[in-house]
Amino acid sequence: MSKENIKIEVDHITRVEGHGNIEVNITNGTIEKIQWQVPEAPRFFEAMVVGRDYSDVATITSRICGICSIGHTFASLKATEAAMGIEISDATRKLRELLLHGETLQSHILHVCYLVVPDLLKVNSVFPLIETHKDVVLLVTKLHRLANELCDTIGGRTTHPIRARVGKFSKMPDKKELENLKARLVASVDDLKKLADVVKSLAGNIPAFERDTEYLALTYDKEYAFYDGDCITNDIKKVISVADYRRVVNEFIVPQSTAKYGKFNRESFMVGALARFNNNYKQLTPLSASVGEMLGLSKPNTNPFMNNIAQVVESVFAVEKSIELIDWLLADELKLETAPVKPKAGKGAGAVEVPRGVLFHEYEYDDKGKCIKANCVIPTNLNHNNIQLDMEKLVPEMMGLGEKELQFHLEMLVRAYDPCISCSTHYLDVSFTK
Amino acid sequence: MSAKPKVAFFDFACCEGCQLQIANLEESVVGLAQLVDVVEFREVLTGKAQEYDIAFIEGSITRKADEARIKDIRSRAKMLVAFGQCAVSGGVNRLKNNWANMDEVKQEVYGDSYNMPHLDTYPTKGVGEVVKVDFNIPGCPINRDEFLRVVKELLIGRVPRLPNYPVCVDCKMQENACLFDFSITCLGPLARAGCGAICPSNGVACDACRGTVDNPNKNAMHEILTKYNYTVDEIKEQMNIFGVEPEV
Repeated sequence: MSKENIKIEVDHITRVEGHGNIEVNITNGTIEKIQWQVPEAPRFFEAMVVGRDYSDVATITSRICGICSIGHTFASLKATEAAMGIEISDATRKLRELLLHGETLQSHILHVCYLVVPDLLKVNSVFPLIETHKDVVLLVTKLHRLANELCDTIGGRTTHPIRARVGKFSKMPDKKELENLKARLVASVDDLKKLADVVKSLAGNIPAFERDTEYLALTYDKEYAFYDGDCITNDIKKVISVADYRRVVNEFIVPQSTAKYGKFNRESFMVGALARFNNNYKQLTPLSASVGEMLGLSKPNTNPFMNNIAQVVESVFAVEKSIELIDWLLADELKLETAPVKPKAGKGAGAVEVPRGVLFHEYEYDDKGKCIKANCVIPTNLNHNNIQLDMEKLVPEMMGLGEKELQFHLEMLVRAYDPCISCSTHYLDVSFTK
Repeated sequence: MSAKPKVAFFDFACCEGCQLQIANLEESVVGLAQLVDVVEFREVLTGKAQEYDIAFIEGSITRKADEARIKDIRSRAKMLVAFGQCAVSGGVNRLKNNWANMDEVKQEVYGDSYNMPHLDTYPTKGVGEVVKVDFNIPGCPINRDEFLRVVKELLIGRVPRLPNYPVCVDCKMQENACLFDFSITCLGPLARAGCGAICPSNGVACDACRGTVDNPNKNAMHEILTKYNYTVDEIKEQMNIFGVEPEV
């Protein structure tokens, strides 16, 4: 490593959702500072919902994030339903699961293909790939469109779902829509296999980097958890109920971030596709598990860059499960089922696995159903501390590659986590001095 | 025009769901990308530029630092378009303005650490409250087909226009039964159409996420409220969700 002092300032790390900064100072070959910072404008959702009627809360908190608006809607509805003791019907639950798989597929395809693949091909965006890899780009837009149309068909709108309400869906899809959707999902399995082959051809460019950490996810005895489940990590033997989520997330405030951080048994934990995979891989379908094996995803896996591979695995899983859920829905009459809702005072927490990890919402209501207190714990926040510790291990290991490559790897690391920073509270400025 | 128009996208406080609607144009965005030169779009592209023919702004202005940034963008942009309700009116971010003061808002979320300088915030503003906006594309989220139409019109030098009739018109076109008959209070009579009455068509009240028409027919709204036994206050609270100033 050079002993010179070189000053590098790169503004605005791109291709992430939201704003974050990386600051690295290396002087005379000595590392003085490595810091991941989140300067996103805080938005104060927990204050925004205070005083609002229970029926409006999910409409508002859905707006925490455009990419995972469906997950926010469900965490919110589940928390409200828990607070008021509302039991939803099986059909409502299955429709929610289906809609959540649609969002997972949409988000994973967008992230892996539009935001990460340019790194693996060393280009600055997906745009040049329209010329050089047109077939692949068209394959990707086709899958992305299908995922969005699933969300449209079930939720009434691609982003910020309309039909998902407290205790019910306000409108059901019809039989023909579901049959059409199923046929397209069945046909998309081959497209996903082609996509997995493309990813395999690029997988050699995924950096070799390992750091074992605590992996936090929901787990559910009946299936690989997305909609239902309790909290689990690789460091605990017994699951912890969602109602006790504060014991798990332990949020704290740091000076370098407007987003709150979290930790449990170690200095940091990781949430997201890799954390779900590491805790629940035994519950994958044979096809999704085989895609993981083909792409070199060991069980468990401690390379954070492999989060993107876990996202490919989960995309296959989401399609297979969606087909299953549609079959279930089609086996019965599609009619509106509304759970009885009676506003009452109470407190409740709800959690779902969204593309970037486990998401918690908690609300307290008065006897008229007005929200008096809210807490939303966002998966991207939970990852910030883990990103920091990954950087602290990665910088000394890779500083020999030179400043340009080091910076490239740091940016790529952040992107691997698929951070959705506007959720947490936008621009990634990298400035580092060497 | 010899060179392609330089367009750039910027985001302030928002969920970025409106730029996602542009990605969701799928194949159409590939076509659109060939007509313009996208010089800045942090979420999808690594690169920066000095001047823009059109700057598209998403999100609302919530702190002093945002003001300096939006003014700088404005000074380098021939045309500035606010897209999405956060940029147009402040959107849901305006809900925090209901609190008596911003210290209380900060305390509610960050507790004892509320006074840390990086958590600073001020009452939410739409982009037009800080700089001149040439065109507003409303909605939470935007209607992506409307976005495509407006951009095409801007590119050929036409002045785009938004529908200036209420959501009720769209709703009738969809042959929906009126939600008031199902005991649901709906802002359709006041709200600006252009969404295809998407919420009422899915059995859910219109919350006027696109704002109101230019001269909302308040008398008609009052008549409807009286007929169905609702109060103006209930409607005001509903209008508050997307930062629409109550004119009832």
